[in-house]
Amino acid sequence: MALKGLDIFKLTPKKNCKECGSPTCMAFSMKVAQGSVSIDKCPYMSQDAIDKLSEQTAPPMKTIKVGDYSLGGETVMFRHDKTFVSRCLYAVAVCDGMEDAEARLDKVPQVDYERIGERMHVEMVAVDHCDEQPADKYLALVEKAKALGRPLILGVEDADLAAKAVAAAKELPLVLNGANETNYEAMNKVATEAGIVLGVSAASLDALYDTVAKLEGLGNKNLILDVGAASIKDAFAGAVKIRRAALKNNDRTFGYPTYVNVAELAPGNSHMQGALASLFTTRYGSVIAMDEMDYAKALPLYGLRQNLFTDPQKPMRVTPGIYPLNGADENAICATTVDFALTYFVVSGELERSGVPVNLLISDAGGYSVLTSWAAGKFSANTIANFLKENDIEGKIKNRTLLIPGKVAVLKGELEANLPGWEIVVAPKEAVQLVKFLKDLAASRA
Amino acid sequence: MPFTDKPQVFNAAINALSFGEAGREITLGGSNVYPLYAFDAPLANAPRVGVEVSDLGYEKAIPGLAAFYAGAETIPEQAARAAAMPGAEFVCLKLDSADPNGDNAPVEDCVATVKAVYEAIDKPLVVMGCKNVEKDTELLVKVAEAMQGKSVLLMSAREEDYKTLGASAVLAYGQKLCGESAVDINLAKQLNVLMSQLGVPAVSTVMNLGSAAAGYGFEYVASTMDRVKSAALTQNDAMLQMPVITPVGSEAWTVKEALLEEADEPEWGAREERGIQMEIITAAACLASGSDAVILRHPESVKTISEMISALL
Repeated sequence: MALKGLDIFKLTPKKNCKECGSPTCMAFSMKVAQGSVSIDKCPYMSQDAIDKLSEQTAPPMKTIKVGDYSLGGETVMFRHDKTFVSRCLYAVAVCDGMEDAEARLDKVPQVDYERIGERMHVEMVAVDHCDEQPADKYLALVEKAKALGRPLILGVEDADLAAKAVAAAKELPLVLNGANETNYEAMNKVATEAGIVLGVSAASLDALYDTVAKLEGLGNKNLILDVGAASIKDAFAGAVKIRRAALKNNDRTFGYPTYVNVAELAPGNSHMQGALASLFTTRYGSVIAMDEMDYAKALPLYGLRQNLFTDPQKPMRVTPGIYPLNGADENAICATTVDFALTYFVVSGELERSGVPVNLLISDAGGYSVLTSWAAGKFSANTIANFLKENDIEGKIKNRTLLIPGKVAVLKGELEANLPGWEIVVAPKEAVQLVKFLKDLAASRA
Repeated sequence: MPFTDKPQVFNAAINALSFGEAGREITLGGSNVYPLYAFDAPLANAPRVGVEVSDLGYEKAIPGLAAFYAGAETIPEQAARAAAMPGAEFVCLKLDSADPNGDNAPVEDCVATVKAVYEAIDKPLVVMGCKNVEKDTELLVKVAEAMQGKSVLLMSAREEDYKTLGASAVLAYGQKLCGESAVDINLAKQLNVLMSQLGVPAVSTVMNLGSAAAGYGFEYVASTMDRVKSAALTQNDAMLQMPVITPVGSEAWTVKEALLEEADEPEWGAREERGIQMEIITAAACLASGSDAVILRHPESVKTISEMISALL
């Protein structure tokens, strides 16, 4: 059972010095109890108290760093309970037994785009070794993968070869995914000497648990747990049970991120790999590897991830600016709405479906929906007019027609007063009506 | 040191709702564990996969659909083909033609289509309106009357028309009814409470909690489903224990990623493949979050999702 904030408070100096970053000792204690802050942030805790508390108050799931990426560190099973903190990462997995391994590596950079301020690309590359392949061939493949400049997940269970591969790619952030119930001591040595994350797998969850406990006994707490490739059912059960043990049942032995290779669960089946990547993005995969990342998979998958790993208390926002749709130029009509990402996507989607060129103007409206930001004074005749002036819209766009959302039709008069020379047109209240509205509007002006 | 797992098997369960007349009946829901957690306890019923058939016909611009439905000219023929799709467990007939802003087909014609489709298939039938509330109310009441004894599932009753549909479709004609609300646990619960106050038995209804394609505000769908399932199972909230049915195809195939032609975005590759992955990835996330049934369009999606469900049991 986790400690309560009050129990921790009793051990603090109770002088509210703020040196820990919290306003009061009580606030600090509550945060420690939640697992969001570590006890050693307080400089005045006695060593006794720290020893007593650190084990019990350590975050239930460790945050594992791979280069600039963070994995794990989650505190809740469901995003609505608080938020997820580390988005899952996607990897492309190749192995030295594949004839087209190099061609697959060449394709890794093909998906690379930005969506709502987030770069969408293959974050990691997994290079796996098949037993029957010669060591040189594997090392050559590692060399080739290195050129991509992304963190590598080296899938090797032979400690000698692992050491060579790690040495060959030492300039990159690495995960050595190869420890199991029999070789863990040797693999642990390779990983700890190189200071890299060690991936652990085992024939069963019991064996995995036991191996992790032994590795922790050797002092290694820089681990990632491979849910294995025995079956889809076992991999899903493993991902859920590991996360549940750590977060719900306070079993810190399983307090590590997970690795799921869906390419091994559905070999050669791109559709099933898409389905499984989605399943594990939703339920508790930390690194998800697949055969190939093409745009068909990437567009929905990265969108899903971006959605699920947002803080429910902070609405997702798009960057304010001019978004030309359907090839809009300076003569195309303007439309405006708020910067709430969901509104933006729904509205821009409908505008695109209409086929009518439109310059969509997005101003900073606090990331709320149209009515909410209007009520909060963040989407008003003044804010819209200021946005147009600050961004020199009149210099950039010649057209003087501005569509405003139907729900804020009330702004029309004031906008006309604020923006002389502009024709303010009230658009429909619902986005689904936009296609017909725009087509009619374009036809009436043609 | 062995691992001690603590399975989460609840004393509460999702309602089991059956539809379809004897011989073609299927059951949705019924489980007492979190969605797809078959490792905690066997699922009473696996999530179901249905195929959406529009009464305007399939989208001919998608080569895979054109090939699949080749030779099936009439809507009943297409429905029969859809029912035989590997993995399909029910057919969802969408009466798009009724839309007053579209073809505005008369109610009698739509009812005739429903009857013909029902005769042509050997699986249970879901009938979905055209999304225009006024027209749907009139339409679904007539469908309910015409299909008496066939136990069809009607989609959907909303806040505006739950009284008419609840009273006629369920109480008078014995059909099953789906309540639809806009991605919000409170709205969903309120509609269920209102329907039960009307006397509509909870075990005759399912919920459409609303849906979105992956990337289009899906976090609201996922969190609403997570919260609904938590309330149903951990708090035994009878007003949230209805099975959840989610139309995925109609969302997935209407976003930019599935609509733009390859010529518009050459990097993106073939449009059909993008639509299939959008449908599959959205459906898998819905099932993981709590859908007890998903409605899809493409044969490849139906096959993949039903295989994924089987692999998880």
